[in-house]
Amino acid sequence: MDAHAAHADHHEIEIPYTVHSRPDTGLYNGKLGIWLFLASEVMLFGALFSTLILLRTGAPVWPEGSKILNVPLATLNTFNLIASSVTVVLAWANLRLGNLKKGKFYLAVTLFCGFVFMGIKAVEYGSKFSHGLLPSTHNFYATYYVMTGLHGLHVVGGMVVFAYLLMTANKWYATKPDQFTNRVEVTGLYWHFVDLVWIFLFPILYLL
Amino acid sequence: MPPQRQVRVGNQWMRARDAQRALEEAIRVSRAEEASHGPHQSFISKYVFSVDHKWIGIQYGVTALTFLLLGFSMMLLMRYQLAWPGKPFPEWIAKFLGQSNAPGGVMLPEFYNQLGAMHGTVMVFLAIVPLAVGAFGNYLVPLMIGAPDMAFPKLNMMSYWLYLPGGLLMMLSFFVPGGAPNSGWTSYPPLSIIATHGQTIWILGMIFLITSSLLGSVNFIVTIFQLRAKGLTFMRLPFFVWAQLVTSFLLLLAFPPLEAAAVLQLMDRVAGTSFFMPSGLVVSGAPLDRSGGGSPLLWQHLFWFLAHPEVYVLILPGMGIISEIIANNTRKPLWGYRSLVGAGVFLGFMSFVVWAHHMFLTGMGTAISAFFQTTTMIISIPSVIILTALIISLWGGSIRFTVPMLFALAFLPMFGIGGLTGLPLGLAAADIHLHDTYYVIAHFHYVVAPGTIFAMFAGIYYWFPKVTGRQMSELWGKVHFWASLIFINGVFFPMFLQGLAGVSRRLYDGGAQYEHAKSAIHTNVFISTCAFLLMAAQVPFIINFFYSIFKGRRVTSNVWDATTLEWAATTSPPLAHGNFAVAPVVYRGPYEYSVPGYTAADFIPQHVPDDAPPAPDTSTRGGGMLPAGAVAQKES
Repeated sequence: MDAHAAHADHHEIEIPYTVHSRPDTGLYNGKLGIWLFLASEVMLFGALFSTLILLRTGAPVWPEGSKILNVPLATLNTFNLIASSVTVVLAWANLRLGNLKKGKFYLAVTLFCGFVFMGIKAVEYGSKFSHGLLPSTHNFYATYYVMTGLHGLHVVGGMVVFAYLLMTANKWYATKPDQFTNRVEVTGLYWHFVDLVWIFLFPILYLL
Repeated sequence: MPPQRQVRVGNQWMRARDAQRALEEAIRVSRAEEASHGPHQSFISKYVFSVDHKWIGIQYGVTALTFLLLGFSMMLLMRYQLAWPGKPFPEWIAKFLGQSNAPGGVMLPEFYNQLGAMHGTVMVFLAIVPLAVGAFGNYLVPLMIGAPDMAFPKLNMMSYWLYLPGGLLMMLSFFVPGGAPNSGWTSYPPLSIIATHGQTIWILGMIFLITSSLLGSVNFIVTIFQLRAKGLTFMRLPFFVWAQLVTSFLLLLAFPPLEAAAVLQLMDRVAGTSFFMPSGLVVSGAPLDRSGGGSPLLWQHLFWFLAHPEVYVLILPGMGIISEIIANNTRKPLWGYRSLVGAGVFLGFMSFVVWAHHMFLTGMGTAISAFFQTTTMIISIPSVIILTALIISLWGGSIRFTVPMLFALAFLPMFGIGGLTGLPLGLAAADIHLHDTYYVIAHFHYVVAPGTIFAMFAGIYYWFPKVTGRQMSELWGKVHFWASLIFINGVFFPMFLQGLAGVSRRLYDGGAQYEHAKSAIHTNVFISTCAFLLMAAQVPFIINFFYSIFKGRRVTSNVWDATTLEWAATTSPPLAHGNFAVAPVVYRGPYEYSVPGYTAADFIPQHVPDDAPPAPDTSTRGGGMLPAGAVAQKES
């Protein structure tokens, strides 16, 4: 290492608690950050659920979701997402135990579940579009498309992060295993939230 | 002759002031060396896509001040039309506005509506919030808590680079067919949904701005929770940091519903949905082809769920700035620090349950009105506590009438007028008369203009030496202050009278067509004249600002003899090299001014240790900037 590099190294900004927890809060920065982000997401979807409730209670008649939407496919998707929530925890647990190979495997399974979810969604959307049932048809469809659409965007966002983690896993885990494991943990927290939103969307849109 | 404080550096005794100068020189030289030898940073990564909180703060500050001037200029155009309806603009302005906006130099009503909507949008979302949170928060919070930077520097950069395109997108809307958004800054449907293309751009711009403030608020909260220096417990935080913390929670939780609402309005505009469109709407004599069944009230609920907490986003950072300046310039601790903190947090909670007091006249029902007028009365209590604590803080202080202190002192009665005139608006019965009149305009401008903007000016004059190492001219600062104070009252006070007389807001001719407004609208000429003079009063500030960056008087790192941690950092802390030579440790609360029995100086900085001998007459504890433990001290 030459003198300049050593010099620069010495003065590099070191932000504390990027990897290890601060004793009095018990959290590392990224984990607190993702919890706060999820709090704001609760408000985002909360506003959409409130919109649905207000429009539905104000409407003289409101279509029954179970007669219009494809309940079996959505049920399948519900179990698919729940399974992916389990696999992302398994990925994190294996990375924690130092097992990169298994960790990567479960990350890949999670990503695959994401693809399955979006595939099924595409089939559902496609059949509605082909029958001319568009967002402008009725406010039932408007809320259905907007809520599942925004949820779908969140799924895609999670998939992008999983793909990135998978691509960089070998190099990252070799140099900074704790940091990489933390990244999987916070992505997992986000993924659980996306899962949870669907757990609310499914009964409210499809069943009630 | 007053005793000279002596300190030992190495094995040599010298006067404290000389030691401080020597140390600062040493730090400056070593920083300069480091800068020349350190890792090379390209211009782009250092000054454009910087991840350093100080530079990002400066970027926010300069951009927001530019938008502030722009928003003010839009208002001056409107004031000209209000004072002299139908009178052509002077040649050069008419040329600038173009034939499509002002044919023959006379402003079109459509263009007046665009300016009205954009003045509100620019001032709230592009000027005040970015200035109060983006600039002051970014620059000062990490320094005040003794942190090397924000918790997520790259997110911080992204916040700015979402804010700027969002702002530019908004400005771009002036150039699309139909011009800028023209449905008011509140964008009430159904009007906003059948409006011209500018409204779509407004929604897209808002999505940028909301995302930006979301990233920023997460960053601030994590920074304050995680990166506080050793010993800096929550009850030792400067009130400014508390104010920023509460503000960040408001931004975090209040903005997402507006994001949802913006997405729904976007769908209504581009996908033909009817979230906010009721059935049976007739536009220009023709029934509108929509499925209907939506609710215009829903938009108002979602909008004000953001926009009321937003009011406190506008005022809380200002209160934080004022608190720091008052403690420093009265040379005594803030009165009731704990009450201030408690009131600030309570204010934050309550601000989420008062939103529908903007909607008393929508027909939402008396039961709901009664609930929201009760919560509105409750939320006035913490505001009164904060203002009272700040006023009592003045009592018995030996006040230094510096320029920042003048602005801070003016803030108190100005915010008082703004706050107290809000009470009649919060009561449903009185609001029936006052709703949507110039009284409302006067009320909230007193809070935001001579309130928050004066606080921003106070902050700029106060922390300018920290950022640049130079002080702004006191004389021209005083000229700026007195002229601004007089003319800003000349602008807004007559509006109370107009509003009480029943003059509605958003009138293109200022009320000339209404018989009942005749008695009040002659003040329009006076108001507009004051507005133009108010603009003229900003010229000394602008010149002073730029002149002082290059030619202002050089000052030491703690020019105001202040106690909080940002003054423990060097003057004009270098970019991208960390903030403190050694991580500071905090030993005491933020406002240890004029401590009884302590005669060496009238302040004890937060980072000066306790273990220095406490005997009051014969020894001194460091009142200066020397790092803790670096020097021993004696008195001669």
